[in-house]
Amino acid sequence: MNAYVGTPTSRVDGRAKVTGAAKYAGEFTAEGLVHGFVVEATIPRGRIVRLDTREALKVAGVLDVLTHANRPSLADNDEAWKDEVAPEGSPFRPLYDDLIRFNGQPIALVVAEEWETAKFAATLVRIDYEQDGFATDLEGERGSAREMDKPHKPRGDAKAALSAAPVRHEADYLIPTEHHNPMELYATTTVWESDGKLTVYDKTQGVQNVQKFLCGVFDKKPEEIRVLSPYVGGAFGSGLRPQYQVVLATLAALALKRSVRVVLSRQQMYGLGYRPMTIEHVALGARPDGTLDAVSHEAIAVTSRYEDFSRNDAGWAEQLYKSPNSHSSHKLVDLDVSTPCDMRAPGAATGVLALECAMDELAVALKLDPIELRLKCYSDRDQSEDLPYTSKQLRECYACGAEAFGWARRTRAPRSMRDGKELVGWGMATGVWEALQMPVAARILLTANGHAEVSCAASDIGTGTYTIVAQVAADALGLPIENITVRLADSTLPQAPVEGGSWMAASSAHAVLAAAEEIRQELARLAKAMPGSPLANLDAADATLVDGMIASDGKDGAAVSIADVLRHSGRERIEKEKLNQFAEDKSHARNTHSAVFAEVKVDEELGVIRVTRVVSAVAAGRILNTKTGRSQIMGSVVWGIGMALHEETVMDHRFGRIMNANIAEYHIPVNADIHDIDVIFVDEPDSRINRMGIKGLGEIGIVGVPAAIANAVYHATGKRIRRFPITLDKLLD
Amino acid sequence: MNNFQYSRASDVADAIRLLAADPGAKLIAGGTNLIDLMKENVERPSRLIDISRLPLRDIEETADGGLRIGALVPNSDLAYHPLIEQRYPLLASAILAGASAQLRNMASVGGNLMQRTRCAYFYDTTTPCNKRSPGTGCSARDGLNRNHAILGTSTSCIATNPSDMSVALAALGALVHIAGRTGERTIALTDFHRLPGDTPHLDTNLGSGEIITAIELPPHGFARNYSYLKIRDRLSYAFALVSVAAALELEGNAISEARLALGGVAHKPWRSPEAEAALRGQAATADHFGRAADLLLQGATARSHNGFKIELARRAVVRALIQATSATPQSQVHKKIA
Ligand SMILES: Cc1cc2nc3c(=O)[nH]c(=O)nc-3n(C[C@H](O)[C@H](O)[C@H](O)COP(=O)(O)OP(=O)(O)OC[C@H]3O[C@@H](n4cnc5c(N)ncnc54)[C@H](O)[C@@H]3O)c2cc1C
Ligand code: SF4
Repeated sequence: MNAYVGTPTSRVDGRAKVTGAAKYAGEFTAEGLVHGFVVEATIPRGRIVRLDTREALKVAGVLDVLTHANRPSLADNDEAWKDEVAPEGSPFRPLYDDLIRFNGQPIALVVAEEWETAKFAATLVRIDYEQDGFATDLEGERGSAREMDKPHKPRGDAKAALSAAPVRHEADYLIPTEHHNPMELYATTTVWESDGKLTVYDKTQGVQNVQKFLCGVFDKKPEEIRVLSPYVGGAFGSGLRPQYQVVLATLAALALKRSVRVVLSRQQMYGLGYRPMTIEHVALGARPDGTLDAVSHEAIAVTSRYEDFSRNDAGWAEQLYKSPNSHSSHKLVDLDVSTPCDMRAPGAATGVLALECAMDELAVALKLDPIELRLKCYSDRDQSEDLPYTSKQLRECYACGAEAFGWARRTRAPRSMRDGKELVGWGMATGVWEALQMPVAARILLTANGHAEVSCAASDIGTGTYTIVAQVAADALGLPIENITVRLADSTLPQAPVEGGSWMAASSAHAVLAAAEEIRQELARLAKAMPGSPLANLDAADATLVDGMIASDGKDGAAVSIADVLRHSGRERIEKEKLNQFAEDKSHARNTHSAVFAEVKVDEELGVIRVTRVVSAVAAGRILNTKTGRSQIMGSVVWGIGMALHEETVMDHRFGRIMNANIAEYHIPVNADIHDIDVIFVDEPDSRINRMGIKGLGEIGIVGVPAAIANAVYHATGKRIRRFPITLDKLLD
Repeated sequence: MNNFQYSRASDVADAIRLLAADPGAKLIAGGTNLIDLMKENVERPSRLIDISRLPLRDIEETADGGLRIGALVPNSDLAYHPLIEQRYPLLASAILAGASAQLRNMASVGGNLMQRTRCAYFYDTTTPCNKRSPGTGCSARDGLNRNHAILGTSTSCIATNPSDMSVALAALGALVHIAGRTGERTIALTDFHRLPGDTPHLDTNLGSGEIITAIELPPHGFARNYSYLKIRDRLSYAFALVSVAAALELEGNAISEARLALGGVAHKPWRSPEAEAALRGQAATADHFGRAADLLLQGATARSHNGFKIELARRAVVRALIQATSATPQSQVHKKIA
C-alpha cells in the first residue's frame, strides 16, 4: 500500500522545529552545566613556546584552562583518532601538543561557570609562538601538486587523440574554497552522569561514528559513552567527521567531572572543514559533428599537511560521455590549512562545474546547440566501468527540462537576447551523482493500541529522514502516519553509518521495510493461531497490513485488526529489529542525473547578474516525498547560485588567514537573489537498484547548477569567466 | 569581548559628563556596530554609556522649512516617516538600501553616522592596521583591497566609509548637531567625516567628549528627481561596492541644480563641487552625465584589486542620473537594477 510514499507529506518534525520544541546540541542542559570557550591559534604554522593562562585563571568564575600541557590523557595513536570517514593520514588531535598546523586551530579551552566569563577570560590567555615558514596559496604552490589515489585506468590515448582532434577546447577552471555555514553553530553538550558515564549531545551527521571515535580517543568502553543528535540545523557534510568541539567538551567534562557545553562561534567554524579550492584542467577533443575523441580532466585540490582529502572531481567526464580516449587524474597540494571535508556533492559539484562549462565551450566551438552536443556523446552505459545503469533517464531530463524552460526559443549567438538594459542568457548543464546504499538497521516496536515506534541511529540533518522513515513505516505497517513515532540519532539505537553521500533515504527506507516485514510475519503467525481465527488458513506470504488490520491478500478478503491479534495472543507489543539487505550487484552502475537550465539577466553596463529562472529536471529513482524532495532540490539550486555568483572563502596568504570568516562578508544568496526555481522529477522506475527503487536526492540538486549559470552568463555577455565566483567586476572590462 | 562598566545616561548632559569622566568610555545606541566590534576585540571600551533611552527620537520641522531628526531615531522609523518619504525620498531610499530590516530597526541615526569601516584587517586584531593600531601599517594596501577606496586615500589607509545613509545626507547638504562640554555646535555632514591622511584612526571630526544630538535637513529635498543606486555583490544585504546618491532640479530638460555623492569609494561620502557645477545649466543628457562622472572621479586611483570601481562608479553615476531625470528612482524592494 502506498498511502504516504510518493506523496507531498509535510515534515513530521516541522511543528517541533518551528515552535522551538526541537532541541539542538547546544540547547541541552544539565545540573551544574559549565561552559567552555575555545582559544584559537592566530598563526598558520609553528609551535607554542609559551601559553600563559594565569590572567585568565584569575577571573572569577573561571574553573580551568585546558591546554596541551595540562589536559587529561588522549589517545596517542592515529588509529584511535580515525573516524569512519577519515581520509588517509594522521587526524588532527585538538590540544594534543604544541604544534600549530593551521590558523584557527584550537589551542586552549577556557571553562567557566558562565559562557560570557569563559569568552572574556579567553581573551586573557597569552600565547607566544615560534612561527615557521608556511604556504596557503594553491595557485602559488601548484608546482608541488602530487598525484593522488589510483587514477582511473586511462582509456585509449587521450593525449594523442587530443592533439589529433580537429576541434579542441582546453582550459583551467578555478573554484575557490567554500565553507558550509550551516545555520546551527557547532556545539556539544557533554553531560557527566552520576555514575561517571557520559551522555554527549553533539551536532553531527553520525552519532555512532562520534561514539566510537570518543571511545577511542578517551579509551572508554562503548557503554560509557552515549551520543545523541536528535536535530541538526544543517551540516551539508561538515558534520560527517567528529569536530573538535566534541573532543574539547568531553575532555573538559572528564577533567572537571562536570557537564560541559562548548559552542563554537561563527568565526571559529571557519577553522573546521570546507570544500577545498580546486584548479580543474579540462581538455576535450571532438570531431566536427560533435563526437568526442578525447576527454582529459586533471583536478588539483588543496589538502592539509596531515591528511589526504580527495574526492572524485575528475572522473565524471569519462563516465558520462562517450569518448574512445579518456584520462583523468587528481592531484593534491599540501598546505598549512585544516583538512578539507565533504560538502554537498563533494567532487562532483566542482568537477562537473568545470566539465560542463568546458562542454559548453566545446559546443560553441563546434557551433552546436549545447544539448545536441550532450546527446551526441550520450551513453547508456557507464563509460568508465563499461556497465549498464540500473536506470538512467538523463535523456528525458534534457527533454523535460528543455520543454519546461522553453529552450527551443533560445537564439544561439552570445548577446543575442536582451530585455531592456539587461542582456539575457540561457545556459544548461548536466548533473550527475552516485546512488549509494549502506547497511542500516531499524527497530519497530508495535503496540496493541496500533502505534509503532521506529528507531534507528541515523541522523536527520534537515533532509527529512524523520518524515520518510515515518512514511515508509506507515505504508509498510498499514497505519496512519500519526501513529508512527520516529526516534533517530541516538548511538544506542540500531546501526547506521553517517548520514551522507545521499545514501540515507534508500538505506533507512529498506531497513524500515525489512523490520516491518518481520512484524508482518509475526502478526501473520499470531493471527493464524488465534482461536477461531478467520485467518486460520492464512499463508504468511499473502498477508498484508492495511488500515490497522492484517488481511489475507487472497480470495476471501478476511481480515483481523492488529489490536485483536495482539490481545488474543496475550501480547502488548511486538518488537523487531532488522538490517537492510541489498543484493550485491557488480554488473550495474548506479547514478542519479539531472539537466539544469538557467536564465540570467546581466545589466549590460553595470555587470549586475540576476538568475531569473532555473529549471532542474532530476532523475533519481522513486521520490519518497515530493515535498521534502522538492525542498532538497530547491535548496541545492539556491546553493548552486551561490557557488556560481557569490561564495568564496577569501584568504590573505601573507598571514595564512581567512579574512571573511563571518556571514556578513562570506556571501551566500539572499532572498533578493532568488527568483523562479522549477523542480521536475522525471519518472525513473528502477526495479534493479533496490526493492523500492530509491536513489537519494541530497546531492544531485547542486551538481550542474553553477555550470548552467556560468554558461548562461557567457550566452548573455560573450564573456567566459572561469574563475569562480562570477562577480560583477569580472564582467566589467 | 572585555569586561566593561555600564551606565545609562539620564540626559544629554549626563552622557557628556559620563564621557568626560572616563576617557575609555563609549556611547552605545543600537549597538549593531559597536557590539560586533567588541566581540572581535577591536573596540574595548572601559564603560558603555547607554544613550538609547535619551529623548532624541523626534522628527520636527525647523523654522526654515527643513527637518531636525533626533540622533536616536531608528533607521527604519526614519526611512518610513511620512515627511521623509514625501520630502526626502532620497534619504529614505538610501537607508532602505542598507543592512537588513532587523538591523535597521535597531540602528540609530547617530550610530549610523559613526559606524566604522568594514575593512577586514580592521576587524582582525592579528593583522597590522593603522586605523585600529596606529603605526602598525596598512595591510590592505598590498593585500585584499577589492572593497577599498579609490578616492581621497593616503599611504596610511585606504578604507571606505560603509554608510549608505551618510551618502544621501551628504548629497542633501545635511548638518550634524553636536553637544559637548563647551556647548553645542553644528558641522556640515560633508565636513563631519574625515579623509584618512596620516590619522586614519580618526573617522570623524567629533570630539572625544561629544555626542551627536541630531541631524538637520535643509528645506530642499529633491523629492522629484533623485535616485539612490547601490551596486553590490548580491542584490541585498551587502555593503556597497559603489553607491550613488543623485538629485536634480530640472526645468524642462535643463538642470538647474544638481547633487551627486558617492559611497563605497572613499573614507567619507564623496562630493565634488566641480562635478555638480558642470551639470548646472546643462541639458540632462547622458553625455553631460558622463562628464560630471569624470569630474567626480577625478584623481581616482586604484590598488591591485579595486580598479574596477573607477569604471563602475562612472557608469553608476550616469545610470543614477538617468533614473533621477526620468523620475524613476532605483527601487529598494524590486529584485532588479532599473
Ligand atoms: C551585517 C550588517 C550589515 C550591514 N549593512 C549595512 C549597509 O549595507 N549599509 C549601511 O549603511 N550600514 C550597514 N550596516 C551598519 C549599520 O547601519 C550600523 O551598524 C548602524 O547604523 C549603527 O547604528 P547603532 O545605533 O546600532 O550604533 P552603535 O553600534 O550603537 O554605535 C556605533 C558607534 O556610534 C557611536 N554613537 C552612537 N550614537 C552616537 C551619538 N548619538 N553620538 C555620538 N556617537 C554615537 C557609538 O559610540 C559607536 O562608536 C550593517 C551592519 C551589519 C551588522
Ligand atoms: S585600509 Fe585602513 S582600516 Fe584597512 S588595514 Fe589599512 S589602515 Fe586598516
